[in-house]
Amino acid sequence: MALLEVTDLHTSFFTDAGEVKAVNGVSFTLEKNKVLGIVGESGSGKSVTAYSIMQILAKAGKIVSGSVKLDGEELVGAPESVMNKIRGNRISIIFQDPMTSLNPTYTIGSQLMEAILLHTGRNRKEAWERAVEMLKLVNVNEPEKRMKQYPYEFSGGMRQRVMIAMALACEPDILIADEPTTALDVTIQAGILELMKDIQKKEGMAIIMITHDLGVVAQLCDEVIVMYAGGICEKGTADDIFYYPKHEYTKGLLSSIPTVDSEYEKLRPIAGTPIDLLNMPAGCPFAPRCENAMKVCIRQAAPLEKVSEGHMAACWMNQKKD
Amino acid sequence: MKDNQQTQPLLQVKNLKQYFQLNNGFFSTQVLKAVDDISFDINKGETLGLVGESGCGKTTAGRSILQLYKPTAGEVIFDGKKIEGKATIEAYRQKATMVFQDPYSSLDPRMTVSDIIGEPLDVQNLVSNAAERRERILDLMDKVGLNSEHAARYAHEFSGGQRQRVGIARALATKPEFIVCDEPVSALDVSIQAQIINMFEQLQENMGLTYLFIAHDLLVVRHISDRIAVMYLGHLVELADTDAICDRPLHPYTRALMSAVPMPDPKVARANKRIALSGEIPSPLHAPKGCPFHTRCPHATDACKESMPELKEVESGRLVACHRALEIN
Ligand SMILES: Nc1ncnc2c1ncn2[C@@H]1O[C@H](COP(=O)(O)OP(=O)(O)O)[C@@H](O)[C@H]1O
Ligand SMILES: Nc1ncnc2c1ncn2[C@@H]1O[C@H](COP(=O)(O)OP(=O)(O)O)[C@@H](O)[C@H]1O
Ligand code: SF4
Ligand SMILES: [Mg+2]
Ligand SMILES: [Mg+2]
Repeated sequence: MALLEVTDLHTSFFTDAGEVKAVNGVSFTLEKNKVLGIVGESGSGKSVTAYSIMQILAKAGKIVSGSVKLDGEELVGAPESVMNKIRGNRISIIFQDPMTSLNPTYTIGSQLMEAILLHTGRNRKEAWERAVEMLKLVNVNEPEKRMKQYPYEFSGGMRQRVMIAMALACEPDILIADEPTTALDVTIQAGILELMKDIQKKEGMAIIMITHDLGVVAQLCDEVIVMYAGGICEKGTADDIFYYPKHEYTKGLLSSIPTVDSEYEKLRPIAGTPIDLLNMPAGCPFAPRCENAMKVCIRQAAPLEKVSEGHMAACWMNQKKD
Repeated sequence: MKDNQQTQPLLQVKNLKQYFQLNNGFFSTQVLKAVDDISFDINKGETLGLVGESGCGKTTAGRSILQLYKPTAGEVIFDGKKIEGKATIEAYRQKATMVFQDPYSSLDPRMTVSDIIGEPLDVQNLVSNAAERRERILDLMDKVGLNSEHAARYAHEFSGGQRQRVGIARALATKPEFIVCDEPVSALDVSIQAQIINMFEQLQENMGLTYLFIAHDLLVVRHISDRIAVMYLGHLVELADTDAICDRPLHPYTRALMSAVPMPDPKVARANKRIALSGEIPSPLHAPKGCPFHTRCPHATDACKESMPELKEVESGRLVACHRALEIN
């Protein structure tokens, strides 16, 4: 049984302008010890997928249908008391901007301890020790002294380390990281990514790494999901996605990024503008921007189908007989 | 463009300093040295990339060069002419413009596209009547790939990529020769980013533009730049041809920076050996004595703590500010 199994998840926001189908039929599984990357442009549904798993959607958002199973236990429709035990305990999440999740008026130590006291059976003294231990784990120097400081006394990179410490304090089975390094400089990002990888190996947990940065994916992820317009257009191992892309959007994404070799060539961008979820086309959502779109693409969306072992894509090009 | 090395530089920056006075309380002020004595040239038609971590002074350097701030010290020489005095600065403002990072906040939401692009024309009195103004605006919109039907629309109705096109059209309005591009693609999704990068290249080819291209994404900078300059704590620490600095960086900071770039290729990424830096960037209010990088440099010696290394040519066309540049490489 998979650690996490998401099946045909549909999440919508009900707005004045209409129903926004932010997540539109997403299915995947996550195994222990694995790092799963979710990539895609902004608005493609990466964060909403994560928030749906955690059930921390904004008011207007609702899981319309589908299933999220943790160790076989259904979470969609589970009472809030059950979700409260799962959030922070079994699944933790860290966000792009750590400042929004830290309370500026409490010391780092008290916030760390609160997380530990809330989710584990430790007493205050044990919680203090655990908090110090966690700060050491994420390479914060002088952890005892740092415990007594406030968030503003920490740099952006240090705050993100604290958030990782907090997320890991209760030894979750799954860590969801939503663009955790997007706001940070590369040298700091590199340190945080290495740290996450180290801890993941040591603790044997699974990570869902949400990012728009293909470099981060290449560095960290075993498996990758590529999202477009709320759906999965391709999934496979990192090597599948980077070396044998089978969806036109993935191909476009890869040829859009500058690489070492592209210095003397022109980039090959994807034409057009990002999709408007309120005006979804009838067929493949990528068809309006796809240079190879065929008649069938405009009429009907391609199903997500196996192209090789462990590699799936939703693109009619793979079925073209020639 | 990769030829064009012998001519007189279009822009010369000499010992430029930009300090800010910070007032903390009634009588105490502190001096923040955002840009501290930088010098470099940019040739006509060239793109010079400017990189370094946030807060190292890139934006300030760009603004100071454009005289959007009054430099604390130093000179900016454009086309052989020193920029000083009101008349010279005003003429220079037409020849040297800026594209900003955030197309959302740098554009006034109550202005139409046509007014945003036309504003510099009005301010600088560059058109004599409404018909000419309209023609110029439509021509600029065409240059950046905007549909003429969009002229009467408001910027907030546009996607990020389109807004950046508006920002670029505005920067082109006065027929500049030199543009400071301050993180112009950082807020965009990669597919749109590629469209805008290609457009910058195309405009450069067609109009002979010269760019100072500021960005924190080193792969983007590598793609677009002929040469790259690296800043750390307000100082220039290295400047060289793109290939040289990317493939064989000489300054210890540049080496760490290059090794931290996550390469979008799993095999390369897995094989990468990162040079980790200890500690964090010091505050520019408490810049260390000696080499600004010595607090984090794996090669620092006692001499590095005492004396500031000068930016000097260690190989043809390669400038490095490190006492030990030749020993450690
Ligand atoms: N609170 C909300 N109200 C209405 N729509 C929302 C809300 N949050 C997200 N959405 C919509 O859901 C889509 C997916 O958003 P998100 O998952 O945040 O994208 P990303 O891939 O950038 O993380 C977006 O297009 C957005 O319009
Ligand atoms: N107008 C200003 N007043 C005071 N300090 C400033 C001002 N603008 C920038 N700074 C400071 O100068 C330093 C360099 O900033 P900046 O040029 O924006 O860096 P970068 O663009 O490389 O991120 C920073 O420490 C910043 O806080
Ligand atoms: S001068 Fe010294 S401290 Fe500075 S970079 Fe060179 S070796 Fe390091
Ligand atoms: Mg998101
Ligand atoms: Mg800046």
